Amino acid sequence: MDHLKKGEVNLGTTIIAINFKDGVILGADSRTTTGAYIANRVTDKLTQVHDTIWCCRSGSAADTQAVADIVQYNLEQYGVEYDMPPTTQTAAAMFQELCYHNKDRLSAGIIIAGYDPRHGGQVYSIPLGGSLHKQSYAIGGSGSTYIYGYCHANWREGMTEEEGINFVKGALQEAIKWDGSSGGVIRMVVLTAKGAVRHVYLPDNGYTGPGTK
Amino acid sequence: MPGFDFSNHARNAALHAQGFPLPKATSTGTTIVGCIFDGGVVIAADTRATSGPIVADKNCEKLHYISPQIWCAGAGTAADTEFTTALISSQLELHALSTGRKPRVVTCMTMLKQHLFQHQGHIGAYLVVAGVDPTGVALFTVHAHGSTDKLPYVTMGSGSLAAMSVFETLWKPNMNREEAVKLAAEAIQAGIFNDLGSGSNVDVCVITKEKTTLMRNYIRPNERERKQKSYVFSRGTTAVLREKVIERVDIGKYVTVHEVPLEAEGEQMEVDT
Repeated sequence: MDHLKKGEVNLGTTIIAINFKDGVILGADSRTTTGAYIANRVTDKLTQVHDTIWCCRSGSAADTQAVADIVQYNLEQYGVEYDMPPTTQTAAAMFQELCYHNKDRLSAGIIIAGYDPRHGGQVYSIPLGGSLHKQSYAIGGSGSTYIYGYCHANWREGMTEEEGINFVKGALQEAIKWDGSSGGVIRMVVLTAKGAVRHVYLPDNGYTGPGTK
Repeated sequence: MPGFDFSNHARNAALHAQGFPLPKATSTGTTIVGCIFDGGVVIAADTRATSGPIVADKNCEKLHYISPQIWCAGAGTAADTEFTTALISSQLELHALSTGRKPRVVTCMTMLKQHLFQHQGHIGAYLVVAGVDPTGVALFTVHAHGSTDKLPYVTMGSGSLAAMSVFETLWKPNMNREEAVKLAAEAIQAGIFNDLGSGSNVDVCVITKEKTTLMRNYIRPNERERKQKSYVFSRGTTAVLREKVIERVDIGKYVTVHEVPLEAEGEQMEVDT
């Protein structure tokens, strides 16, 4: 994100993904900017790449969309070829392959989170250089710098769904408050054995709802 | 050695480094908008094309045909929007012919974004893609670097801020056709009057399941009115101080007139009598 091309659409962003008792929760703000202009105030930065594998995108909108589209295509091919869904780790490795080998040309910070019956919920982070890290929770984007303290102080292993949602929401609220490049609505995806459920929280009512839509 | 020759690029870069300006492309410093309504989608554009501070064309077309039910509004470099939409239109028609299905708006959007991403922003095409296909109504924006957005109402170009302010104050969900066309035209007029890069007339295109209607110069808020006074100088206004007539033969000093003999029958060009 240090050297975006001129006039490029930037996801000046806060993204987060966490493990909880029954799976994973992904969260993101909804602001996309071109310079000082907000090109989209209700952006969806949580992208599905397979049935129960999602990713959070930060950095260049064009780069991360291109990478996610390629991974989505390859994962679908994988699912058909091996007649079973890919694991979260496989998906993360595909992202890493693209992000590492094209590191000079991409500005993409991606967090991958997925659920599979064998490994349960998993969270992987791929920062700018293209390294891959398995974490219990991951934060990213320009707004993440403001919430390292919040996350460290409030993180607990094995939270319930409600506790997890409140952790993610609390972190994103702080990031939106302090980071000028993050804002809009809070979007979340809760991934469990039961599948994916989307949440939206609006600034109109202090991010209290409507929640699941 | 096989491969590309980049010597011209090196020359141009060296020239540019010495302070030699790059050639200027005609840019459509533009206002373009799109808006979904119940049963269809409307896109609209202004008609000013600029080259630096000069108005290059007062009534250009920024609404581009992709397929009968898919249309594009273009901002950015005029040539790039023209050729990119023409290229994708061609590919999409061949695709529709080979699959035997109607082209979809997402397909068009994906082809555009992949093409633009490949060229890493060097193709300066900023597009609003709209249409109706068997899956329903769709509206997208595509930026030159290859990123896309899907929204119920969109604006692009230098007048996008003026146009968006209109949408943000007047837009409401579940509008009908008349309301949407009025709102889109209103947004373009905000661009025409408040953005220097936009001007002249409003072009509108309405796409529904039934049919597409292109309304060229839907609103013309900048009609040139007749001059109130004639500024033609009457004959004899300028005093004649000296008169000199140059004879035909004197031209020989500046040019040589050479009679060319007629060629043989077969060599002659056919001319209508």
